[in-house]
Amino acid sequence: MLTDPLWQLIMVCALATFATRVLPFVALSRQADHPLILHLGRYLPPAVMLILVIYALRDFTPLASDWQLNMGDNGLPLIVASLLVAGLHLWRRNALLSIVLGTASYMLMVQLSWAG
Amino acid sequence: MNSQTWRDAGKQTLPVMFGYLPLGAAFGIVAIEVGIPWYAAAAMSIIIYAGAGQFLATTLLAAGAGLTEVAVATMMLNSRHVFYGLSLLKRFQGAGWRKPYMIFALTDETYSLLTSQQAYTHALGFRVSLLNHLWWFSGTLIGIAVGSAQLFNSQGIEFALTALFIVLTLEQARRLKQALPFAIALATGLGAVLLLPDRHLLLGAIGSASLLLLAHYRHDQRREKRHAH
Repeated sequence: MLTDPLWQLIMVCALATFATRVLPFVALSRQADHPLILHLGRYLPPAVMLILVIYALRDFTPLASDWQLNMGDNGLPLIVASLLVAGLHLWRRNALLSIVLGTASYMLMVQLSWAG
Repeated sequence: MNSQTWRDAGKQTLPVMFGYLPLGAAFGIVAIEVGIPWYAAAAMSIIIYAGAGQFLATTLLAAGAGLTEVAVATMMLNSRHVFYGLSLLKRFQGAGWRKPYMIFALTDETYSLLTSQQAYTHALGFRVSLLNHLWWFSGTLIGIAVGSAQLFNSQGIEFALTALFIVLTLEQARRLKQALPFAIALATGLGAVLLLPDRHLLLGAIGSASLLLLAHYRHDQRREKRHAH
């Protein structure tokens, strides 16, 4: 098994992934109470969360190639569903409700593809 | 108590389940299509457990890439995880036997859930990590079993992960009540979308956000010193 190139590749990939996850815990295990680490622990998660939202919406294109509104999965459905999620969440503050309804509306819009 | 923790974890990971089952299935389908044996594809979802990383691995495998190339490309792609660990050093303290697994299982989605829990306990965090891993693995098995044949029309279901990130951003904003990290994220996120190729986008945005937070920290320190004098 160790000489099989497929398993070698899988093991290298697994180790490389784990290395990126474990590095700070190994290198900085004694610095957990350092004010800079606490600063990052406080401000980095909210920043990462918004970056992940921007990343998820990066392919948004409002207009299709023929200058019509884009009703595809990277067009209006993406923004309408995102606004629905945000609106529902600000209104009811029920995470599951916002996510389930938002996803259902997105699936409906892209599957029925609105304008057809 | 114990089963209550499982129920809480299950409820929190539900949106991730909606995202991981179809994405895991997509990985299973792609892996079979490029000729990876089913048991190796399943093993990848257990021991690598990185969405984009696994898709990259199948591409590299199909291209016959060397091991060094695989190691470098994988580390480049996943290096944003370094910053995740930085902000969880404190939270994972005292997690004991659960800690190695929780570090191993630190995906984008698990990181998002773990940093958003107000009533965080190691027991709950561990169950959330384990369940997300299980959803990903189950999705892979479904993809392997079903192949490209569709069980039901699930087109668009991955939006659940986008919705999850939106909800968690709002929850973080509600708790922090400070604009700083969001202003930084807007600047680095939009900047990265405009300037960077897709594969470096997340690392570029998260890396530069961390650097800006470091600069902000330095700035605060100097101001405090001045006031102290």
